[in-house]
Amino acid sequence: MRKYWHVLNIGIQNTLVYRVNFLFRALFGLIPLVATISLWRAIYAGQAGDVAGYSLAQMISYYLVITIVDSLTAVNEDDWQIATDIKDGNISQFLLKPIDYLAYRLCLFGAGRLVYTLVALVPVAMFIFCQRRYFILPADGATLAWFAASIVLTALLQFFLSYTMALLAFWVLEVSTFIFIVFAFEYIAGGHLFPLDILPAPLTKALYFTPFPYQLFFPVSIYIGKTTGAALQQGLVIQMLWVIAAYALARLVWSRGIRKYSAVGG
Amino acid sequence: MKTPAVVPRQPWFWRYVVIYGALWKNSVVREMGFKSNFLLWIVVELLWFALQLCFIGVIYQHTDHIGDWSKWQVVLLIGASQFIQQIFQAFFLGNCTQISEYIRTGRLDFMLLLPVNTRFIISLRHVDLGGFVNGVSAFAVMAYALRQLHLLPTVVHVLGFLLLVAAGVLIHYSLMFLLASASFWTVRAQGIVWGYYSLFNIARLPDAAFRGFFKVFFTFAVPMLLVANVPAKLLADKLRSPLELLLLLGMSVVCLLVSEAGWRFSLRHYTSASS
Repeated sequence: MRKYWHVLNIGIQNTLVYRVNFLFRALFGLIPLVATISLWRAIYAGQAGDVAGYSLAQMISYYLVITIVDSLTAVNEDDWQIATDIKDGNISQFLLKPIDYLAYRLCLFGAGRLVYTLVALVPVAMFIFCQRRYFILPADGATLAWFAASIVLTALLQFFLSYTMALLAFWVLEVSTFIFIVFAFEYIAGGHLFPLDILPAPLTKALYFTPFPYQLFFPVSIYIGKTTGAALQQGLVIQMLWVIAAYALARLVWSRGIRKYSAVGG
Repeated sequence: MKTPAVVPRQPWFWRYVVIYGALWKNSVVREMGFKSNFLLWIVVELLWFALQLCFIGVIYQHTDHIGDWSKWQVVLLIGASQFIQQIFQAFFLGNCTQISEYIRTGRLDFMLLLPVNTRFIISLRHVDLGGFVNGVSAFAVMAYALRQLHLLPTVVHVLGFLLLVAAGVLIHYSLMFLLASASFWTVRAQGIVWGYYSLFNIARLPDAAFRGFFKVFFTFAVPMLLVANVPAKLLADKLRSPLELLLLLGMSVVCLLVSEAGWRFSLRHYTSASS
């Protein structure tokens, strides 16, 4: 266990090098947020009452919480790095060392998210402060706790799925197009663009049979009080099952891929 | 030294036309070397374009206007914005993202030594053919939206539209080139350059959604609200005054001049990397 602690430590030191880059990323990330919030404001200004059961404050809070959850859980460099490690033959060394590549990568992912969140904290907090009139807080402490638990599961699910996608590099030379295609689906079906429950009800229901809502929408819906009671408990169990399934898939694909691996350049 | 008599008299830009022809040929050969990858990237772009349209589709399930924009007018706008973005991508985007790489590796030395304008060769070195293919799909969406709006643009409309598209592409190019020039100071400018992508999110929204500070900022400082809105409004007969046209054309010239000044200023700070 101690060796992974070291990995985490090294990961933090390595990503600290990119802190300015992270800051720019966080700042530029606020631009689409401004765009979406302005768009919804104009829509609410043009009509009376709620839109699809969302008040203006709930709608704006939705996107603000999305930004928070995203900075805590989104995979943004790890999949490219894993694919490059495979393509360039760098993983050979991990096959010889008493270290598990998945656990090693998970530590680096954790370190990256930690540093990113710390860097993004200032601009995001300032932005939320500007929007404080519309920022709602969770109903009670228990909701906040469930929200936090769900974020951890979201992060794991995001990581295991991205890890599995990156392992495609064992079979194909260029994985970036595949990653972008899956990302497009995550973007819309995960709730990045709009809350999933403003879709027609059968469509929302159908989406809940896929892992996408659990990659982002689910924790946010807990936060703004759209998922409560029995649905919350049940959702968390399903989210946990998806995490386990994604983990198993990652292990399976790895064991298949390693048989194909030819250690190019290593 | 006397010029050899065999060289016929040609206008000065002829050399650039010949060079650019050669660059095109190069790019085509390069793209065709990775055919499946070329096609997959087109799929990726199409998917993201469809995603934007889905977003608008979902929004208009719950409302029938954003400001004074109807559903098909917004679809037209998204098509126009995608068209401009794709043409920009075809000519400039990849080249601009390469600049920080040239600086980091010191390959810029080599570019500076070539007997052509350095900005010309850096900006236009590679052509991304996929951009043209995606431009066609954006065009198709625009045509469909116009049909839904029962509008039939005249030749003047189309020519005006194309002129405004050129101005929009010029704005995207100038601003991105300016950002890329920051690589002379920070080696890791790639993050900044890719951050430009998030500005496209503003360009495809109706200007009526913005008010106050953001409206002014994204019209006069970073004119994203002009780039696609003005051409789309021209086609949809939504222009309130010809001043908007002049503003877009004027801003494109201003952006180009500012980026040229920024580039020259940055270049003076260049201290080669490897040597």
